[in-house]
Amino acid sequence: MATLWNNYRYLFFRRFTQISILVLYFSANAWGWSILKGNLSSSLVLNTVPLSDPYAALQMLAAGAILSIDLLIGVFIVAIFYLLIGGRVFCSWVCPVNIVTDAAALLRRKLGVDDISRRQPASRNMRYWVLALSLIISAAMGITAFEFISPISMLHRGIVFGLGFGWAAMLIIFLFDLFVLKNGWCGHVCPLGGFYSLLGNFSLIRVSHSEENCTLCMKCKTVCPEHQVLHMVGKESLSVLSGECTNCARCIEVCDDDALNFSIRKLAKNKTTGE
Amino acid sequence: MKTELVSDRRKFILNIARSAGITALGGFIWSAYVDEVTASQLLLRPPGAIKEDDFLKTCIKCGLCVLACPYDTLLLAKPGDNKPLGTPYFIPRDIPCYMCTDIPCVPVCPTGALDESSVTTDAKLDINVADMGLAIIDSESCIAFWGIQCDACYRACPLLGEAISIKYEKNERTGKHAFMKPVVHANICTGCGLCERACVTEKASIFILPREVAQGKAGDYYIKGWDKDDEKRLENAMEIKTKTEISKESAIDSLNSKEELY
Repeated sequence: MATLWNNYRYLFFRRFTQISILVLYFSANAWGWSILKGNLSSSLVLNTVPLSDPYAALQMLAAGAILSIDLLIGVFIVAIFYLLIGGRVFCSWVCPVNIVTDAAALLRRKLGVDDISRRQPASRNMRYWVLALSLIISAAMGITAFEFISPISMLHRGIVFGLGFGWAAMLIIFLFDLFVLKNGWCGHVCPLGGFYSLLGNFSLIRVSHSEENCTLCMKCKTVCPEHQVLHMVGKESLSVLSGECTNCARCIEVCDDDALNFSIRKLAKNKTTGE
Repeated sequence: MKTELVSDRRKFILNIARSAGITALGGFIWSAYVDEVTASQLLLRPPGAIKEDDFLKTCIKCGLCVLACPYDTLLLAKPGDNKPLGTPYFIPRDIPCYMCTDIPCVPVCPTGALDESSVTTDAKLDINVADMGLAIIDSESCIAFWGIQCDACYRACPLLGEAISIKYEKNERTGKHAFMKPVVHANICTGCGLCERACVTEKASIFILPREVAQGKAGDYYIKGWDKDDEKRLENAMEIKTKTEISKESAIDSLNSKEELY
């Protein structure tokens, strides 16, 4: 029991936050609670604190919209939050699509899809291309380009306000991740993930690796959705510095040798440089 | 076996070309889709909504206006609705706007896509100046135009007697009855849709259309001579001179020429 808890505690916490956030948003619509109103694009906490998606605001800016004060305050709060705790914490701890893609990744491991074909046909840098493209289309057409096709808002808004055909988008992402590309949506395509990767490059909370404990079992690399960020495993003691790390902490809990742990950026740096 | 040498530079150039190709294809499909969904003009937006072009830029699709609406009037466009995804709209025949005096949907908008100042008179919120659309009467199917007595839309209108009035006309067919024809006054109508909801015909004979779709424009050429204020429209008129060259040939020749007559 203790090992079960040890091996899945962060996963449990992540699902718990993801689902409670959904429930709180849903309750605002269904039962009129006002703890968290709106959705991931923009919301209101306790009817006072505004929260807004910085990437949506960026697209609005590209489209040439006038940004209101409320929106800017919301963007500021959200941006500072993710800047401190790691940009892609949004991806693994908040975004509901993460549940779909994690399910696809799990099934992919169980079915052994990767054993049949290991080669991944696409680059992880694709998300930055999509990010740039979204801003270009926003500017050219005067709309918020990604917000019009975003499966994230589709699913999230769908759960709060009614799903419509949104389930089809989820099915497509699930099948894409399962059969076409490993961690395809979150790891390669999603421009919101790309945006938060850029933001997360500066964050304070990091996963750190200590080489002396590592036994090269590579469980962390198997389970990591962005395994390129763990390039140092077994080679040198270093923290994960890439913004592409989602701080999901799966690597920490699957590691039986205590080689991976959360750390604060500054301290981790001191350790490596021996200061 | 001879191994084929592919230089890094070739690979690099190929990769760049590939990325450019995929980006172009993706961009094409993406913008085509966006173009398609934003082309639907027949959407009715919440009160205070800014111009549709700006609305699409500004609305962040958070649904706070939908939550604020006490009558569940406002809907968010879902995938499959073929409307700009996530933007608020309403269908008056299902649930019209009940024109709350405190307009709860407008102040909650975090982005200003719903503009408070457009529904404010004398520093107070005033739903009566809202402009969601305009009621249009299909006089062919409206039974009041047939001579059957019905004033459902007139009675349902929250601006009773102002936005819709009843015009009496003699019914020549019977000689002793009156037509009671509803007339919409475009400058007062807010497009709330209560009339459309109330209409008794199978498919509503009075319905709300967005103002840009519902209204024509006479332009500056035509002025009501009997209306002093109407001449004010000419203040901003621009002079446009057109010159037509007069044909130098004799008039009879035009009949003999083999050019098409039309």
